Amino acid sequence: MLRYTIRRLLQLLIVVGVLSLLLFAWLRSLPGGPVSALLGERATAETRARLTEELGLNDPIFVQYIKFVGRALSGDFGVSTGVQPGDPALDIFLQRLPATLELSILAIIIAIAIGIPLGYLAARRRGSVLDNLSVVSSLIGVAVPVFFLAFLLKQVFAVDLGWFPTAGRQEGGIDATRVTGFFVLDGILTQEWDAAWDAFVHLILPAVALASIPFSVVFRITRASVLDVVDEDYIRTAESKGLTTPVIRRRHVLRNAMLPVVTTIGLQTGALLAGAVLTETVFAFPGIGQALAIGFERRDYPVLLLLILCSAGVFVLINLLVDLSYALIDPRIRTRGGGH
Amino acid sequence: MSTRTDKIDALAEQAARTDSAGVSVAAAAWRRLRRNPVFLFGAAIVVAFVALALLSPWLAPYDPGERMLGDQVIRARDQIPPPQEGHPLGGDQVGRDLLSRILIGSQQTLMVGVLATLIGFTGGLVLGTLAGALGGWVDTVVMRAVDVMLSIPGLLLAVSIGALFSQPNQFTVILAVAMVQVPIFARLLRGSMLAQRHSDHVLAARALGVRQRAIVFRHMLPNSLGPVIVQSTLVLAISIIDAAALSFLGLGNPDDRIPEWGAMLGEAQKAIDSHPHLAYWPAACIIVVALGFTLMGESLREALDPKSRR
Repeated sequence: MLRYTIRRLLQLLIVVGVLSLLLFAWLRSLPGGPVSALLGERATAETRARLTEELGLNDPIFVQYIKFVGRALSGDFGVSTGVQPGDPALDIFLQRLPATLELSILAIIIAIAIGIPLGYLAARRRGSVLDNLSVVSSLIGVAVPVFFLAFLLKQVFAVDLGWFPTAGRQEGGIDATRVTGFFVLDGILTQEWDAAWDAFVHLILPAVALASIPFSVVFRITRASVLDVVDEDYIRTAESKGLTTPVIRRRHVLRNAMLPVVTTIGLQTGALLAGAVLTETVFAFPGIGQALAIGFERRDYPVLLLLILCSAGVFVLINLLVDLSYALIDPRIRTRGGGH
Repeated sequence: MSTRTDKIDALAEQAARTDSAGVSVAAAAWRRLRRNPVFLFGAAIVVAFVALALLSPWLAPYDPGERMLGDQVIRARDQIPPPQEGHPLGGDQVGRDLLSRILIGSQQTLMVGVLATLIGFTGGLVLGTLAGALGGWVDTVVMRAVDVMLSIPGLLLAVSIGALFSQPNQFTVILAVAMVQVPIFARLLRGSMLAQRHSDHVLAARALGVRQRAIVFRHMLPNSLGPVIVQSTLVLAISIIDAAALSFLGLGNPDDRIPEWGAMLGEAQKAIDSHPHLAYWPAACIIVVALGFTLMGESLREALDPKSRR
């Protein structure tokens, strides 16, 4: 188990290393380039040449990369040129990370809280109206473009009905004390209940939009997995032993059916950031996703590099955690000697 | 990484198992599908969509690029042509007939879906076949590259590739959404090949002295097609949706003379507060078509799954 973990961690480092090199080369080859981004299109050739030299852009790309890694290791990822011009990229990341984490956590909670029970019920009543309706709704959940769903939710529940705020993380008028950067948590810690509640209300619509795809996937996997398990021999054994239905359901069906669901939840959590790019843009929610969208629009290379690298790192790390937890839940994987 | 990849591998393995059972899988699957209302419904949508794309030049009342209602566009007052006699859906931001644009838009949308899937499949085919058929260090190198690609969430990768082009056009959009699918197809095909390597039909072919290339292309590849077809129908839907997202983020095709639903939807988001109906029509079309492909793909998957056949 320990060897397995170490090997997977090494793999993670390699992936992030290769990815940083690729991203670095990729960002340098993007149209416009950092010089245009800093000076604008109308700068004279002379100023451009000077800045190119100053930024070390005349060096071979490999030398530039080594220098970049050296700076990055000391926490210097360069300065933003478009998202929040002048701010260090790392600051932008750290500042926006809690917002996206808050949003993602709520989204995945919504997806789990609805997806698993609904998937379980649908499987138990296979072919019923509830089953068919929820299967169809989960398929529609995948077919609707996330940004359009976000817009619809905003239009109906925020603009027309006025139940929720239309944008942002918190009303400007609220004077909240900042502790951790997680606005809901801050409000609870400082016992500023109105601030916590306001931040929470701001999260709901974007989180629902973001949850649409993970919900669909978690629901379908739960349903399929429960259907698989109830056919297994050990369920029949349990029945013939005379165990009561609730015991069978709890101990045998649910526990075994949850294995693939755990994987799915992990994968979907890692993939949330892609959806966050769209959802945060619609709701003007100041998180990582919005920074990415603005970064692409304004060609903010230092910020893009850091954010994409971090999201890939998080994605890979979550997968690693899922694999490890999988090994903990399922003894068969442990005894196989850890992976491939 | 490996959990996601394991899932793809398991799917591939499963298909390989199915086929080695000996009975004609395709025939059995078709018998089941013919009676499956979900499949028939999805297939009906897909057939209608393809028919619309083919027939739209004759169905569309006007030229989708002509600003025939341009005189009714008043920019200062943010006014666009309302539905009227001869133009049941009204006009778009610059006065082109919306109905014609929706009808003709099916062509480009179909092209985005089909081309993206084909490119993704071809790329995956090359990589997956190389890795699965040759094994050894080729396999290791290819699969590590695939893993790196899979380590960026799909849409984010598409957006990153889309941003590579200074002058985006329809093809760069297609390429961006297609690249995301390459590693998935590659995994799928490789897994399927590996699973077959020691199966009886491959051993038999080898014992008969069939050359490696013939084994790969005539025996292993055709037997891997089941999950690939399932994946393709799902990818078609995803590509159309991703193309819309790219357009929404400003990385779509800026040339809007030839309409495409995703680009129309992305473009309409800019004026969505004043003219939401410009977004509703293309969105409805995309949702229905994506649903059609998804229903078809999911029921195909179920039909090909040996477990559900008991």
